[in-house]
Amino acid sequence: MRLAVLVTLFLSTLVIASTEVVEFSDESLRPRFQQLVEELRCPKCQNQNLADSNSPISQDLRREIQRMLEQQMTDQQIKDYLKSRYSEFILYRPEVNKSTWLLWGSPVVIVLLGLLILMRHNRQKPTATASSSASADDQQRLAALLDDEDSQP
Amino acid sequence: MNRLALFVPLALFIGLSLVLLLGLDKDPTELPSALVGEPFPAFNLPSLKDEQSTLTEQDLKGDVLLVNVWATWCFACRIEHPMLNKLSQQGVKIVGLNYKDQRAGAVAWLVERGNPYQFNIFDAQGSLGIDLGVYGAPETYLVDAEGIIRHRRVGVVDERVWNAEFRVLFEQLTGAEQ
Repeated sequence: MRLAVLVTLFLSTLVIASTEVVEFSDESLRPRFQQLVEELRCPKCQNQNLADSNSPISQDLRREIQRMLEQQMTDQQIKDYLKSRYSEFILYRPEVNKSTWLLWGSPVVIVLLGLLILMRHNRQKPTATASSSASADDQQRLAALLDDEDSQP
Repeated sequence: MNRLALFVPLALFIGLSLVLLLGLDKDPTELPSALVGEPFPAFNLPSLKDEQSTLTEQDLKGDVLLVNVWATWCFACRIEHPMLNKLSQQGVKIVGLNYKDQRAGAVAWLVERGNPYQFNIFDAQGSLGIDLGVYGAPETYLVDAEGIIRHRRVGVVDERVWNAEFRVLFEQLTGAEQ
C-alpha cells in the first residue's frame, strides 16, 4: 500500500515537471533563455524562479522572454524591460545600488572581520602556551602521576 | 576590557533580533511598485462590451479614475465587487481591465453582480497586464487626469484599504481638478 502511494507520488512529480517545449529559430538562444529564466524571479510565488514556476504569470513571462530573445534584445535589455514593470524584486541577482550595498557588502565585511579575529587570536597563542607550561613543578607532578597510573596493574 | 568583550555576542544577538523584529511587520507578498509616478502604459485593446471598438490609453485621460484589474476566475474579485459598486455609486469613476478572461463569462458577471465600470478593457492575452506589471488580480490603480499612475494596490480594495490608501489621495486629486 505504502509502496503504491510512493510510486503514485513519484509519478505525479514527473507529470508536474513536464513543461512546455520552447522552440527557437536559432538554437544558440536556448542557453541564454535558460540562464534568464533561472535568474529571474516569479513575481507571484516569492521564492521560485521563472524556470521552476508553473504559475500563469511565469508562463506569460517565459513567453515574453522568448519573444524578446527572438527580437535580438540583449540580456540586459530584457532584464531592464522586466524591472521597469515588476521592480527589482524580479532580479534574483540584484544590481548594486543604495538599497542593496549592504547585501552585497556584508559577506566581504564578515570575511574580513573573521580574518581579523583569526589574526588576533593567533598572535595571542604563544603567550597562552607559555603560561600553561610556566610551572615546571606542576609538569613534574603530572609526569609522576601519569607514571604512577601506568605502573598500576 | 576583556569582560566587556564577553557582551559582544549578546549585543550582536540583540541587534539581529531587532532587525528581524522590524522585518516581521513587512508583507513579503507586497512588491515595490515600479509604475507609481509613471504614465499609464500605452495599449490598444478591444472593449469588453463591443468587440469592434478599440480603447487606448487616451481614453483614460481627462478624469481621475481607478483602473481595476479583474477576472471571473479571480476569487478575491468576487469579494471586492460590492465595494466597487459602492464606490461607483459615490461617484468614483472606475475603469475595468478584464484580465485573461472569457468575454461571455465576463459580460454575464457584470449583469449578475452589477456593473461599477465606466467601460472595460478586454485584455485576453494579458499583454497590458505585463506592461502594468500585474502579478495577481485584483489590482487597483489610481490614475490622475493626465494619465499618471498615482497609487497601486495589489489585492482587494475594501473599506479599510480605501480609507487608508486611496481616499485622501483621491480627494486631493479631484479637488485640484476643480
